[in-house]
Amino acid sequence: MAALTDLTLAQMKAGLAAKQFSARELVQEHIEAVEAARVLNAWLVETPEIALSQADAADRALAAGEAGLLAGIPLGIKDLFCTKGVETTASSKILKGFKPTYESTVTEKLFGAGAAMLGKLNLDEFAMGSSNETSAYGPVISPWRANGSEQPLVPGGSSGGSSAAVAARLCAAATGTDTGGSIRQPAAFTGIAGIKPTYGRCSRWGVIAFASSLDQPGVLARDVTDCALVLEAMSGYDPKDSTSLNAPVPHYAGGLGGDLRGKRIGIPKEYRVDGMDADLEALWRKGVDWAKEAGAEIVEVSLPHTREALPTYYIVAPAEASSNLARYDGVRYGLRVAPEGGSLADMYAATRAEGFGAEVKRRIMIGTYVLSAGYYDAYYLKAQKVRALISRDFAQAFEACDLLLTPTAPTGAFGLGAKTADPIAMYLNDVFTVPASLAGLPAMSIPAGLTSDGLPLGLQLIGRPLDEMGVLDAAFALERRAGFAAAPSRWW
Amino acid sequence: MAETYTIEGRTGPWEVVLGLEVHAQVISKSKLFSGASTTFGGEPNSQVSLVDAAMPGMLPVLNGECVRQAVRTGLALGAKINLWSRFDRKNYFYADLPQGYQISQFQHPIVGEGKLEIETEEGGPRTVGIERIHLEQDAGKSIHDLSPSASYVDLNRSGVALMEIVSKPDMRSPAEAGAYVTALRQIVRAIGSCDGNMQEGSMRADVNVSVRKAGEPFGTRCEIKNVNSIRFIQQAIAYEARRQVEILEDGGSIHQETRLFDPDRGETRSLRSKEDAHDYRYFPEPDLLPLELTAEFVEECRRSLPELPGARRARYEAELGLTPYLAGVLTADQDSADWFEALLADTAKRQGKPPRDVAERAANWMTGELFGALNKLGVEVADSPVSPAQGGELLALLADGTLSGPLAKQLFEIMLETREDPGAIAEARGLKQVSDTGALETAIAQVMAANADKLAEYRSGKDKLFGFFVGQVMKASGGKANPAVVNDLLKKALNQA
Repeated sequence: MAALTDLTLAQMKAGLAAKQFSARELVQEHIEAVEAARVLNAWLVETPEIALSQADAADRALAAGEAGLLAGIPLGIKDLFCTKGVETTASSKILKGFKPTYESTVTEKLFGAGAAMLGKLNLDEFAMGSSNETSAYGPVISPWRANGSEQPLVPGGSSGGSSAAVAARLCAAATGTDTGGSIRQPAAFTGIAGIKPTYGRCSRWGVIAFASSLDQPGVLARDVTDCALVLEAMSGYDPKDSTSLNAPVPHYAGGLGGDLRGKRIGIPKEYRVDGMDADLEALWRKGVDWAKEAGAEIVEVSLPHTREALPTYYIVAPAEASSNLARYDGVRYGLRVAPEGGSLADMYAATRAEGFGAEVKRRIMIGTYVLSAGYYDAYYLKAQKVRALISRDFAQAFEACDLLLTPTAPTGAFGLGAKTADPIAMYLNDVFTVPASLAGLPAMSIPAGLTSDGLPLGLQLIGRPLDEMGVLDAAFALERRAGFAAAPSRWW
Repeated sequence: MAETYTIEGRTGPWEVVLGLEVHAQVISKSKLFSGASTTFGGEPNSQVSLVDAAMPGMLPVLNGECVRQAVRTGLALGAKINLWSRFDRKNYFYADLPQGYQISQFQHPIVGEGKLEIETEEGGPRTVGIERIHLEQDAGKSIHDLSPSASYVDLNRSGVALMEIVSKPDMRSPAEAGAYVTALRQIVRAIGSCDGNMQEGSMRADVNVSVRKAGEPFGTRCEIKNVNSIRFIQQAIAYEARRQVEILEDGGSIHQETRLFDPDRGETRSLRSKEDAHDYRYFPEPDLLPLELTAEFVEECRRSLPELPGARRARYEAELGLTPYLAGVLTADQDSADWFEALLADTAKRQGKPPRDVAERAANWMTGELFGALNKLGVEVADSPVSPAQGGELLALLADGTLSGPLAKQLFEIMLETREDPGAIAEARGLKQVSDTGALETAIAQVMAANADKLAEYRSGKDKLFGFFVGQVMKASGGKANPAVVNDLLKKALNQA
């Protein structure tokens, strides 16, 4: 029998149900995998005791025939989700040692469904980054390597710990959060699937805020079916989040058929950017063919404000972040640096100077600037207007089609440190993912092929608001035809 | 036209222009965006939820009761209710502001323009425009005097709902500002949207003061922050207006700034200038959806409003025939009006008369006897030792002749002390008018016999001695004789000869 860690989540469920192995055995094997992979730096906190006690509870539930949807499934939790009694830092020094007294709604739902938490996953500091290199606790190393190379690669970001851990078979699935592509881009970089549902589908309560109007929890997993299972468990209305959507959650996994007959799939012409990587362009064309094979009608659509999406995002997100991060002031929790004989303002300055990393500071300054008197209209207000136009673009496109098919990221994974000196080059990673975030639409990345260097590339599907089912089903159809079976070979 | 309030300067009279921003704490069990309690006086930091402490990942959820109270307040001020409003973040750093921003309503407040009728002794009635009312969170409290080297923060008030009620710059004297706050306080208390308790800080005002020569455009204003009594508001205005006039007459100019009133010294002093003013970086609160109200909700709020003080006062004058003065005193606060209406209903019932016929008597007794007594005791009308029903009984005993005026006063004193019913007291202590003609005739005969000389003088034409005989009979009855009956009988007896 193959290692338990190689099973997909759906296979683990089947094995547990058939009593081929216990949840304890399944979790124990993953704990060992986590311990053996510390060189990847994917985990900030390992919680084997919690995982085992949850596994035992799952075994009892399985025996009693009362197992939840994710009974005994070992998960990794992005360290942006507050977990009761377990250190939660958002990869920032300013929250070092912070142990929440509360459980985020999403993790509570997952644990309620029987899942086991292996630990907390590394991320870009406060989810600000596209390579997981801004973490105060060191970068995550991708389990992938280019053909014939030992150069360390980034796992994408900000959910880089999540993508690396799932790709390296350290957990069955991991939670992520996506503000401008933070689930989809790392999923694409590491050859796994990841879905960001409609804004409001999953509760943000207990998720440390980056940009409130964009942040959305989601999941990274081995394949579409696994994403569907976890998404169902973590979705749903939460009265504690005023932006949460009160809509029924379908049984996603049960709805996967992969039959796209009668579906129209739109190809946005503005996503065909100059100088696009040839491998990527070829893969996108293949995706179109797979969709046709599955019965879909292909239509070309226009999203005229695509070019404005990235600058809009880099005004709106930092603006909200500059305000959301004001609470880290050294007064009530987290790091406090109080200079001898200093004033309150001195304490703020010293605490925040010491506690925040360079990228977080950069975004706080950008955000503060664009909201300042005299600049607000030119930046923030204008960005809000463009954001409305971007949403309108999508609404109009969805009159001509049911789903959109695009690449997930402009390139495959890049080398550690390759873009850290050039923030703009780093921000360009999000060019295909940001528009759907600004419009709050469900969007998913699936692994679809490899670059000539043997590194994964992803395709993105974008759907109408609340049509996660349509997105998942189309992704399922493409996944079957792509037949992506590559996995990183273990070097750690 | 009544006399205008002016500051007399060397160069002539200056007009004072005033606008008020009143912060009124909303009466609600829990805070504006969290479930924590709003009770005043709890142990420090005992009424703080995770949201109020701005823990990571916490989100605000709007309290519907606070919305209802703001709408009711708007309706009571005849204001436009905005069916679409929005919350904004006002960003600034302070130790007692855990989020690093206050959730407020900047661009789109829940209540728009309205008005408030005020009345001053010198100025007569006038209308003050309301610019807007918006909902916002209160901050916590920094305490600097517990330790020489540290400050403490109490977050019990953090997140409590405030209505900021912004007037137009329509007031022209400290008296008008006082009357405005008084009238506003009456209304919010009457409808139960704020307890109006200025000592506990449930109501406080930012006062905008500027001066100008008559007919000139508005001058530059200074804002005096957080003044917490009507008297201080008036003192602060008088000081600040005088200060501004002196600067202008010395050839200086007024710099827009925020000032504080020091009640101990009776003066205002600069807190920060416009140049140092915070850039609050307002932007729409992304954690909350815009607030959309239905017309039905607003109608429900309207139906829930009690009779407002102004309408009640007009009704007392028109329906009950009370003087404007009595109507004004009785409607000055909800408790007095409630007490009066209970007294009136009881009095009318006991005496079998329409309320209009007994209203003036009841109003006079309440504003004279009752308020006088409560004042002496230092007790609010709501805590009166005498109930409206007991007052009604006392008035009935007066009306049917069981008590004389002096006896009623005596009995009322006993009621205040013992809280017993007047009928029972009168019975037990024999405090009843004697109208029994037989007993009085005997007393009269005795007095006449004992004062034969005076009787002779009277009969020989000294009419003034009639009063002497009345006094003697009253004295003999121990003050209980009915004076009218005594008069009648005495006249007959003296003139029989």
